[in-house]
Amino acid sequence: MGWNRHITLSLVALFATASPSLSNEIGDADKGAAVFKECSSCHSVGQGAKNRVGPHLNGIFGRRAAGLDGFRYSNGLTRMGKDGLVWDFDLLDRYVENPKAFASDTRMAYKGLKDAGQRADLLAYLRRYSDDPGNIPEAAPTMAGTDHSVDAAILAIQGDPEYGEYLSSECTSCHQLSGDNDGIPGIIGWPAEDFVVAMHAYKDKFRPHPVMQMMAGRLSNEEIAALAAYFEVAGP
Amino acid sequence: MKLNRRLFMGGVAAGAAAATLATPAAHASNQGKPKVVVIGGGAGGATAARYVAKDSKGEIDVTLIEPTRSYYTCFFSNLYIGGFRELNSIAHSYGTLASEYGVNVVHDWAVGIDRAARTVTLAGGATLSYDRLILSPGIDFVEGAVDGWDVSHQNAMPHAYKAGSQSELLKAQIEAMPEGGTFAMVAPPNPFRCPPGPYERISMVAHVLKAKNPTAKIIVADPKDKFSKMALFQEGWGLHYDGMIDWIGPDFGGGDVSVNPDAMTLTIDGEETKVDVCNVIPAMKAGRICEIAGITDGNWAPVNPHTMQSRMDENIHVLGDASQQGDMPKSGFAANSQAKVAAMAVRSALTGSKLFPAKFTNTCWSLIDSDDGVKVGASYEATDEKIAKVDGFISQTGEDAELRKTTYEESIGWYAGITSDMFG
Ligand SMILES: Cc1cc2nc3c(=O)[nH]c(=O)nc-3n(C[C@H](O)[C@H](O)[C@H](O)COP(=O)(O)OP(=O)(O)OC[C@H]3O[C@@H](n4cnc5c(N)ncnc54)[C@H](O)[C@@H]3O)c2cc1C
Repeated sequence: MGWNRHITLSLVALFATASPSLSNEIGDADKGAAVFKECSSCHSVGQGAKNRVGPHLNGIFGRRAAGLDGFRYSNGLTRMGKDGLVWDFDLLDRYVENPKAFASDTRMAYKGLKDAGQRADLLAYLRRYSDDPGNIPEAAPTMAGTDHSVDAAILAIQGDPEYGEYLSSECTSCHQLSGDNDGIPGIIGWPAEDFVVAMHAYKDKFRPHPVMQMMAGRLSNEEIAALAAYFEVAGP
Repeated sequence: MKLNRRLFMGGVAAGAAAATLATPAAHASNQGKPKVVVIGGGAGGATAARYVAKDSKGEIDVTLIEPTRSYYTCFFSNLYIGGFRELNSIAHSYGTLASEYGVNVVHDWAVGIDRAARTVTLAGGATLSYDRLILSPGIDFVEGAVDGWDVSHQNAMPHAYKAGSQSELLKAQIEAMPEGGTFAMVAPPNPFRCPPGPYERISMVAHVLKAKNPTAKIIVADPKDKFSKMALFQEGWGLHYDGMIDWIGPDFGGGDVSVNPDAMTLTIDGEETKVDVCNVIPAMKAGRICEIAGITDGNWAPVNPHTMQSRMDENIHVLGDASQQGDMPKSGFAANSQAKVAAMAVRSALTGSKLFPAKFTNTCWSLIDSDDGVKVGASYEATDEKIAKVDGFISQTGEDAELRKTTYEESIGWYAGITSDMFG
């Protein structure tokens, strides 16, 4: 939070005035190399990197989601890519924090990295293997923006499933109650927390879909909780 | 039934978020369950019947009156004309509403409504009483709207604005056009059902002709100087069907039109043209049963946005195209959305169930050519005056092919979703 996107200070000046939390946001690439070890059983990065269990991560900043030909991505990421999602610092940060909340059906079997400082380090490291690494940290794709992770207080709201059922009739104009997934994803039986995080991602305009941004944009925190409570147990 | 109080103390304006518990009204048909009669088994009526029956869990008797056994959705009927869908894929029957939701489906026309006695008379002679009546009869055409045309000419010059045999007829006529022939459309004035509908249709006709009859021409005579998704359609027409479509707006006489169905001619601004197919889409008004009920003001039936109740009779709710509600377009999506608000209000009035604040949404997808889909949508809230637009979006010109393809795929998902939300 509070990171000024229009900052034009030089690297030196920046470090001279940076507060400790700021350096967290930018991250330490060398420390990130150590964090990456956890990823390296599936992903490779650097010279000669290839797709393995996961896609290679060269040029990940500025790449469209699901943007590598020849790698089989989940439907969720593929759809986001088609909707125009391009990876930048904020989006990667969010994805790494909780992959399933970001893309519900992601094939990345990784529970997520909760520590914001470690994520910043990791991303600083990966940023070396994307275009214009010399721009760090001023280049737009690198900068940390607002902290978008969903507040614990919001996650703790206990939704009323009955209210959720009424509100859900707005969702079922498009999302099939059978859970079918053709063209529009199924949302039946979603874990409530994933639902809440996903809806807030739309509300904050992190996830790119305009219909969902509009729908989520007018739901209050309580309404999102109510919908989450309903859909978690709804069945066809 | 637990009402979570905390829920309603959130940041939203108290009035807007508060649910109210109504006291059920004493009902007219004083023995037995309260009775709801729904007239019209289309987008609005089928949804309303299903939601009242489903959510009242047997506490309310629901009768749906609809003359046809198969309802053909107008939505996606243009895709049928374009060859992207089979006709039977847009047909829906009432079997599930009857068997799974216990809706009493009566295949007949409603011909009379006695508001004082709260009864509906059917063409077959039966009389049904109601506690609440839901009207979703769709549209009829304004007589004399297009000089030279009335419904008796709908075979020579189809409207195809009610789907089914009219769509089949229009498609057959397009396919039978002579090489280099002319397809003409007389577009309707506002307000009308499905604002992008005529222009999606033009796209689909062009798609067919480009493949089968590439020297054919398309003329659109339009009384409006702007139409829905105009920039998107015009961009698409240039891209896919360059030179084929001649859109004639009011500045060039598009509003001054007459037809001669016997001679198959169309006269625009005094200039007569011989045409091979003439798709006449006249000005529209609420389905006639609204007039018969005496609840129209001008061409449409005004409603209270919070509940979709008629402004003239609180025992009647009007949905969909027939209603005059404010900012929502006349679409299947809108009718479905309004039906759920009305169903909740009806249940609340008759059984005392909770009444939550009304919310409405709409999204209309259109197909311009294979895998080139676009959309426009908005969300709405009820104010005392009207259903008012809150927020909206529209596809952009110049979007890439991938995004347009996803948008089209999304529309297919939407069709499956909304038709099961209507018909079960
Ligand atoms: C070409 C075209 C394309 C369209 N595309 C889309 C789209 O992509 N998306 C979208 O959301 N909308 C679309 N629409 C609009 C949509 O079809 C209508 O807005 C929607 O059907 C309105 O629902 P309704 O319930 O008001 O009327 P309808 O769906 O027309 O239903 C009315 C029903 O009432 C019955 N009825 C009428 N009078 C009586 C009576 N006296 N007694 C008993 N029954 C009666 C009729 O038989 C009919 O079945 C399109 C329309 C057209 C013409």
